[in-house]
Amino acid sequence: MTEQAVASRLDRPSPPGGRSLRRAQRIASQCFAAALQSSCWLFMLVVGGLAAELIWGARLSIRTFGIGFLWSSQWNPVTQQFGAAPFIYGTLVTSVIALALAAVFGILAAIYLAEFAPRRVGTYLGLLIELLAAVPSIVYGLWGLFVLAPIVANWIGPALQKSLGFLPIFQGTIYGVNVLTASFILTLMIVPTITAITRDLIAAIPTRNREAALALGATRWEVASQVVLPAVHRGILGACLLAFGRALGETIATTMVIGNRPVISASLFAPGYTVASVIANEFTEATSDLYLSALIELGLILMVVSLIVIGLGRLMVRLFIR
Amino acid sequence: MRLYHERARSRSPGCGVASATGASQGLAARQEDHLTQTETGRRLTTPRAGAYILRAGIFACAVMMAPAAFAATQIVGAGSTFDFPFFSKAFYAYTGKHPEVTVNYQSIGSGGGIQQFTAKTVDFGASDVPMDAKELTRAKDPVLQIPIALGGEGIAYNLPGIGKGMHLTPDVVADIYLGKIAKWNDPAIAKLNPGMKLPDTAITVVHRSDGSGTTYIFTDYLSRVSAEWKTKVGTGKDVQWPAPSSIGGKGNEGVAGLVKQTPGSIGYVELAYLLENSIPYAQLQNKAGKYLYPTIDTVAAAAATKPNVSSTDFSIVDASCAECYPISGYSWVMLYQKPKDAARGKLVKTIMTWLATEAQPIAKTVDYVPLPANVQKQALQVLGEMQ
Repeated sequence: MTEQAVASRLDRPSPPGGRSLRRAQRIASQCFAAALQSSCWLFMLVVGGLAAELIWGARLSIRTFGIGFLWSSQWNPVTQQFGAAPFIYGTLVTSVIALALAAVFGILAAIYLAEFAPRRVGTYLGLLIELLAAVPSIVYGLWGLFVLAPIVANWIGPALQKSLGFLPIFQGTIYGVNVLTASFILTLMIVPTITAITRDLIAAIPTRNREAALALGATRWEVASQVVLPAVHRGILGACLLAFGRALGETIATTMVIGNRPVISASLFAPGYTVASVIANEFTEATSDLYLSALIELGLILMVVSLIVIGLGRLMVRLFIR
Repeated sequence: MRLYHERARSRSPGCGVASATGASQGLAARQEDHLTQTETGRRLTTPRAGAYILRAGIFACAVMMAPAAFAATQIVGAGSTFDFPFFSKAFYAYTGKHPEVTVNYQSIGSGGGIQQFTAKTVDFGASDVPMDAKELTRAKDPVLQIPIALGGEGIAYNLPGIGKGMHLTPDVVADIYLGKIAKWNDPAIAKLNPGMKLPDTAITVVHRSDGSGTTYIFTDYLSRVSAEWKTKVGTGKDVQWPAPSSIGGKGNEGVAGLVKQTPGSIGYVELAYLLENSIPYAQLQNKAGKYLYPTIDTVAAAAATKPNVSSTDFSIVDASCAECYPISGYSWVMLYQKPKDAARGKLVKTIMTWLATEAQPIAKTVDYVPLPANVQKQALQVLGEMQ
């Protein structure tokens, strides 16, 4: 839509008050339209510039390792051999587990807060959940390292191994800092996004929809599952995508608790590594050009992975939801 | 309705300013046209807004200029995080004595320090490992490098029921980090500690996950004492850790934290950090066969054995004297021999001379090891070449 078209829409209906007012109003609308467009273009510019900068910075690594960078598991700064596979794997695994857990708990909590909780309880609990979003990630990281990691090593890990030890993901030595602990921390960090958005979406559903269902004899549970949820599932998917993006890019909290070992191992109890963590860990002291370039290429890969994930999410929304 | 127009009107000038500063030049020009077209009522608001902006601008300028007007020169440095506690305390003391000078040191990491120094955005750089030949050619102009801080590293461990002072030899440490010794009750460890009841616990090897001078010094030591380590792994600020049970912690606090809460773990931690925390740490056998704790004295003794330390020959690990602790190393400051701004250069020279000599007792207060007298002399000699 052109700027004029937006402006003329915003102008209507033409108010009384003479030409000067109408003109002032038109200017105001044009300003508004310009602000809308320029802020959008600004973001496009920033994203485009970022991508260009990353590709430029990564060119040495791309030239040296080619496409093999993606599936090589080597990460040896001494011999200058670099590969991204363990980092991509660690990033995806931790984020997927975190999203799965956060989606379940986050959506359930949101339904309770919006539909079932007494108003007072709902307000206070909602506030508490949103407070989780305001905690700095280094605090999550330290808490994860000093509190959660020992709990995982001594309680959760052994319990899982005892009950589900036949699965390869729960086998092997249990370290405190591992992929599972990192996933737990990420879960905590993305739950507020999912809960807050879902709760607001539910709250926006007109009361008369619920009343209609109730009048037809539906129970509260049926109202929640058959009236409320279907009306908001598209929005919930959007919230999940947003949360997933955050999980993919989270740096310092995962660095503290994932163990930082660049290997791909089936067990969730083994240490791993994420793309964002290795950049945070090694960027400051990466003195050789190739080393630096490999780290920048990792940043590029993270950007592409996020793009693919968001694209897939959009596709899912389009395929499964009308 | 009336209210809406009022609001719309009073908003528009602000909006015009915003987009004029924004990216789109065409849009700004178009709005400029509208501003001039508008009538008297409108015109009134535009100069007023302009006056506000002008006033705000003047205020902002005044705020920014104020420190420059009162304080004098600010010397800027960047680099190693290892140096930061010492530097911040020392430079604070320096400004106390010379209020006309402040030193702003940014601990962005050695790699960043070298980059900023090469790009000449800082007056001096600091790095845990001196710049190598390749990095020096990139700097174009002649560079002077002086040792400025000295630190040692201890080997911390966590074995329930076993306190400080376990005996370890270089071979055993290397084999643990290579993953060849995987249990604490391995005969190789038991032989060194006859009185200790070593448990049948798996060893978890803890290392730094971030690139660091601490890792450089430690791997330098392992390369020196173990041929296998040297060929398989090598020396670096970050390496590919071979032990299958290895985990990485970020920073000294990360390694110390992991060791503290992982029974059966072992990790290398900076001396300053070790002395501040209550983690048991080992007595390490030195070249003379003596088991020693890392202390300020034993590290200083090791450093003193190599008085002619230079930026190409700087390793002091595995030093050979009876009271030498074997894992320690220097951190370095980089300066241009002929700084562009001669007056600033002179000031930097004065500050560095002070830092390498008079300020060294300050290092001791934050658990670094003061530079031995002969190394101070060496540093002053290099500084003397600065013009």
